[in-house]
Amino acid sequence: MASNLIRKLVLSSVLFFTTAASAETFVFTAIPDEDQTKLVERFSGVADYLSEQLNVDVRYIPVKSYAAAITAFRNNQVQLAWFGGLSGVQARRLVPGSEAIAQGVEDEAFETYFIANTNSGIKPADKLADLKDQLQGKTFTFGSKGSTSGRLMPEFYLRDTFGKKPEDFFSRVGFSGNHTRTLRLVEAGTYDVGALNFQVWNKELGDGSIDTDSVQVIWKTPAYPDYQWTIRGDVNERFGEGFKQRVTDALLNLKDPALLESFPRSGFIPASDDDYEPIRKTAEEIGILD
Amino acid sequence: MFSSPTVRTSLIFLAIAVVGLFFADIAITTANPWQDLGNFFLGIVTPNFFSSEGLMTALLRTVAFAFVGVVSGGICGFLLALVYRFLPVRMFCAFIRAIHELFWALIFLQFFGFHPLTGVLAIAIPYAGIFAKVYSEILEEADPEPGRVLPPGTGNITAFLYARIPDCWVKMRTYTAYRLECGLRSSAILGFVGLPTLGFYLEASFSQGLYSDAGAMLILFYVLIATMPLWVRPKLLPIYVLGAPFFLGEGLPIVWGNVQRFFTEDIVPAPLRNGDGLTGLMPWLSDLMINEAMPGIWNTIVLTQIALVATGILSLLAFPLISNHFGGPIRRGAGHVLLVITRSTPEYILAYILLQLWGPSMLPAIVALALHNGGIIGHLIGRQTSSIELRSDTVQGFNRYSWELVPRVYRSFLAFLFYRWEIIMRETAILGILGIYTLGFYVDSAIQNIRFDRAMVLILVTALLNIGVDTLGRYIRRKLALQTMPTC
Repeated sequence: MASNLIRKLVLSSVLFFTTAASAETFVFTAIPDEDQTKLVERFSGVADYLSEQLNVDVRYIPVKSYAAAITAFRNNQVQLAWFGGLSGVQARRLVPGSEAIAQGVEDEAFETYFIANTNSGIKPADKLADLKDQLQGKTFTFGSKGSTSGRLMPEFYLRDTFGKKPEDFFSRVGFSGNHTRTLRLVEAGTYDVGALNFQVWNKELGDGSIDTDSVQVIWKTPAYPDYQWTIRGDVNERFGEGFKQRVTDALLNLKDPALLESFPRSGFIPASDDDYEPIRKTAEEIGILD
Repeated sequence: MFSSPTVRTSLIFLAIAVVGLFFADIAITTANPWQDLGNFFLGIVTPNFFSSEGLMTALLRTVAFAFVGVVSGGICGFLLALVYRFLPVRMFCAFIRAIHELFWALIFLQFFGFHPLTGVLAIAIPYAGIFAKVYSEILEEADPEPGRVLPPGTGNITAFLYARIPDCWVKMRTYTAYRLECGLRSSAILGFVGLPTLGFYLEASFSQGLYSDAGAMLILFYVLIATMPLWVRPKLLPIYVLGAPFFLGEGLPIVWGNVQRFFTEDIVPAPLRNGDGLTGLMPWLSDLMINEAMPGIWNTIVLTQIALVATGILSLLAFPLISNHFGGPIRRGAGHVLLVITRSTPEYILAYILLQLWGPSMLPAIVALALHNGGIIGHLIGRQTSSIELRSDTVQGFNRYSWELVPRVYRSFLAFLFYRWEIIMRETAILGILGIYTLGFYVDSAIQNIRFDRAMVLILVTALLNIGVDTLGRYIRRKLALQTMPTC
């Protein structure tokens, strides 16, 4: 029984390997920054589009954490990824030859919104420093631990403005997991204050799915670069000469309004690694990157 | 009464938990916790079985991973049990079972990625350690008499197969079947880190507040576990075991270079990797110990001790639900259903649900651990009381409970509780992944920051803490002369 089982196991893993290798499926992933249903809807659309444009099988793999997206990219189990600013920097550091190829129009000047439950009595302000007394001792939630707009930038501005670690400034600090969760938790009053991706806020607001009597924006960060498509350096060897360029062109030419709306972005524009230098420096400063 | 060592031990643990409560972060932070809880139960009674086309596949995968993981763990565990008398083997087994399935999964995800092997090994490795221990205990207790009557010159293997195995076979079979149920729970929660089992969909539905979808998944899972005696039949087992490997799903191909990189680069402490040598290692290690390991250990211990006592109290309250000394068959039937539900729901899923409903603090974790473990111990103790014959003119109601039954089962109750001490701690550590500041929180943070060197040190600390509690638990059980059978 034992030997049989082992044989089956070995056989099946060989089978996985060969089917995947012969079909040469182009696999991509994305950081799970929003609700699963939305991600699957959005990226299966992208997979269909890319498959049509590139004439190869394209598959989207949903993952459960930002780190899992980075790891899958690093391990060459996916060749392309929709990363946030920070996850992109982390991934490109780990995979020599990989590069940022496209970003959303909005990603050149991305923002984080600080939002507060109206019962907390916190009033909006133009400067974060003006909110010191109102914020001190409140409860606060970031998004995912690896998020740029949900963790890195808000943590940077909190430390920079108040000179303290968030845990020492607020009475309770949590990580909701993603932006939609942050919105829901602050709306429900589980946390007094939260920080989230401004595009998620705007989209939910536009869809009418925010109870504006319960939650409001209290502060907006200055602009910084965020999301981008990052591709591995070795795709040309595997999928043929000029493949990287074809993927880049396909992404830049993505004009389907419904698909763009699902991101939500108004379009994609070229990007380079250098665009994300400010993110790398910030991450080093607060000790997320060595 | 206070001179009795069992009572004294109980009171000491109770006192530790009460002191722990002063240090613990216990709060309900959501604005409408009861409304959310109400919505959740509404979801359970209005299940939506057609929400996701992936649901049936997820159930199939959950069963497949459980079978392949438990069977491979069982085979390896049996082989290890044969050499269990050697100290290094015992230490090795204690070490691999001290690391939770989810931690193993997180480790393998880093180099095997989403390949089925990740899920199989995550179950098989810790289970091998547990199987080795329990099988060796069963083999040791076997009656030596049949071996003595064998003719001289009988080979070791023949003697083992004909004189030892037959005596142990029933016990080993019972225990293995029991582990299979545990395997289903382990397999389900692997979905929370991204493997294609039930937890994957459960997490997605829950975080979006789709309680009817989540309710359907939970109900299907309970049905799967409750009907195990019907579909796990000796004759069908070979079919399941041989078939299961084909239903693990495709996953993504393994790139073997990643394995080498993980062991030769990723987990090497950063100062050594960067060539700073031992002078750089000390500050790195002390930073890790002071800022992450110490707070993690403290919170893990505080939460474990409170959850342990809460489990004990709940077990004592729960066992009359199924004991045939109280109530009629209808009430007992309802009690059985309730206890099956609490013990079939993995702590991790219970804690996840309660965290969504009540907000993050230690409270959801305590309640989840107490419900699950209290369900298990309550069930075992309740069954034990049913076999006790009381005099026909004995007292009724509360007096029967407090003066007749509890004193009779108290020792085995304590034995189960101390046996589960280590299991509760292992779970407490892992619940950190959900955002409670136990060791798992820091392990998860290190992994999220792609710092596997730090994650490995913290997992090692967690394992050592577990081994410590396991040893202490065994010492107390020996000291109080408590005997128990293994539970998971």
